[in-house]
Amino acid sequence: MTTNSVSLEKIPDMDRADALPKGRSLWGDALRRLRRDRIAVLCFGILLFYGTVALLCQVGWIASPWDQTVGKAFQPPSMTSVDLLLGTDLFGRSVFYKVLHGTRVALSVGLMSSLLSLPIGVVLGALAGYFGGWVDDLIVWFYTTISSIPNIMLLIAVTFILGKGLASMYIALGVTAWVGLARVMRGEFIKHKSRDYVTAAESLGAGHLSRIFRHIMPNVSHFIIVNMSIQFVSAIKSEVILSFLGLGVQGQPSWGVMIDDAKLELSRGVWWQLVGASGAMFFVVLAFNLLGDSLRDALDPKMRH
Amino acid sequence: MLFYIVRKLLATVPTLFGVALIVFVLFNMVGGDPTYQMLGRHASEQQIQEVRHEYGFDQPKPVQFLTYLKQIATFDYGRSFATRQPISQMILEGAGPSLSLMIPAFLITTILSVGIGLLVAYFKGRSLDRFVVVVCVFGMSVPMLAYILFGQYFLAYRWGWFPISGYESTWPDRIQYILMPMLIFVIVSLGYDVRFYRAAILEETTQDYVRTARAKGLSEFEVFFRHVLKNSMVPILTNIVLEIPLLILGAFLLESFFGIPGLGSITIDAVNNSDFPVIKAMTTLVSFLYILGNLATDILYVVVDPRVRLK
Repeated sequence: MTTNSVSLEKIPDMDRADALPKGRSLWGDALRRLRRDRIAVLCFGILLFYGTVALLCQVGWIASPWDQTVGKAFQPPSMTSVDLLLGTDLFGRSVFYKVLHGTRVALSVGLMSSLLSLPIGVVLGALAGYFGGWVDDLIVWFYTTISSIPNIMLLIAVTFILGKGLASMYIALGVTAWVGLARVMRGEFIKHKSRDYVTAAESLGAGHLSRIFRHIMPNVSHFIIVNMSIQFVSAIKSEVILSFLGLGVQGQPSWGVMIDDAKLELSRGVWWQLVGASGAMFFVVLAFNLLGDSLRDALDPKMRH
Repeated sequence: MLFYIVRKLLATVPTLFGVALIVFVLFNMVGGDPTYQMLGRHASEQQIQEVRHEYGFDQPKPVQFLTYLKQIATFDYGRSFATRQPISQMILEGAGPSLSLMIPAFLITTILSVGIGLLVAYFKGRSLDRFVVVVCVFGMSVPMLAYILFGQYFLAYRWGWFPISGYESTWPDRIQYILMPMLIFVIVSLGYDVRFYRAAILEETTQDYVRTARAKGLSEFEVFFRHVLKNSMVPILTNIVLEIPLLILGAFLLESFFGIPGLGSITIDAVNNSDFPVIKAMTTLVSFLYILGNLATDILYVVVDPRVRLK
């Protein structure tokens, strides 16, 4: 049995070694390409910065408390103190602190909805592609149906039914966002399931589960990463739109709520709340967009030759 | 051709049924008794009974599902809870404003972005191409809401080019209210679309027939407009379908923001009023329209590319 498992381990590696002249692993190669890509490194830095800010807000080391009065209502931005960097809102609260806390909310929505949708998409896509037949028909019917309900409508319906708030937004985004990933995984599993290394694993006695998760999954896992970067962006955007529509975050600062406030403030010349929230959102979305492109290029086998 | 259309038509039946089933499960089962959502916590027992009876929530679930299917088939969704108007009438009244905003917005976006996509693909790798790609990536990272708010602030409030918001149902007057939301939608969508069409067109230019066309001495202009554009129709159509949800989102935000009484405004108002029957009807209707849109594209694929039929 030991010899069996050793050769089982080796087969996928050999397959990859054939594709890559110098025998680097898929991930090692991708990492090397990304490190050379200055834009990707910069974007990664930006995302790391956002993540740190969100984390520090979460533990309360910075921008805490955000709901304290720091000045008069609608004080314009000034460099005199950190609180007033982006001015104050109607209640004299620091807009800068609200932007920082909005980062925490936005990233938590992105993270939680990805964590929820990832297993659903991966497992359903893998099962459909691997088994084919009626399993495939059923799963494809299910995700075709889900994707036939336009996303914003489905989000509105789910948040309306589950009630407003952060938790129902996690669920709403999580249960609606797995379709793209399931589609990609299904396609990849159809491609991979009849490859030689899988047949070899089968002939050595690997069961269905082992073939799906130990043999095929490592060879298609890069699609999950690329998909996650897309999903993160759309979750952040959806959070802002839902909060703007009054269906999202309640009683917490969020970029969407801030933009919603700004629609009445703008005509009075109060632009800082809108600029703060949109600016914060702009850089994180830009970083994800660019990083997503770089990831796709770095992991795309077609670009190698 | 006819066989293909019939096959595609039959293939949409399970999807339509699936949407009806999911909407029903979501609205009538996951959320518990909808009466409480509509009336709030402090309703009297008698009110609850009345609403339950009117909307059929006191019936067994299978009967409720059949009633819902009948509603879809007869386009009679009962009355709105908030306004007491028949929902089908509200939808018919809202369709006009929505369509007169979104159809021109969509056509202009598509024509403009395909045109720019062709142009930058033609100048691939040169400074114009790079400049446009950078602008697109930046443009698609700006939140849609920022475009809407700043657009209204500068175009209407500061410079006074357009009315700030509002709507007029008579014809020539309608246009002045639609122009600004339309313009904003075009700007919002341009970044993503141009990038997509540029990539699709560039992919086409690597095909063998392009080399053949060049080899037989056609000018680059002819290669692009006679050959590449025609063959890019398939990815262009695909993207048009993918854009429909964005179009719906745009309608929601723009209509409710600029006070246009279309389907988007109806939905947002319904959400704010917890108007359960209207949200359910809108979800069903919008999804069905989307499925029909998909079906129409599937049929158009064959028109632009006969090879599709064989697959």
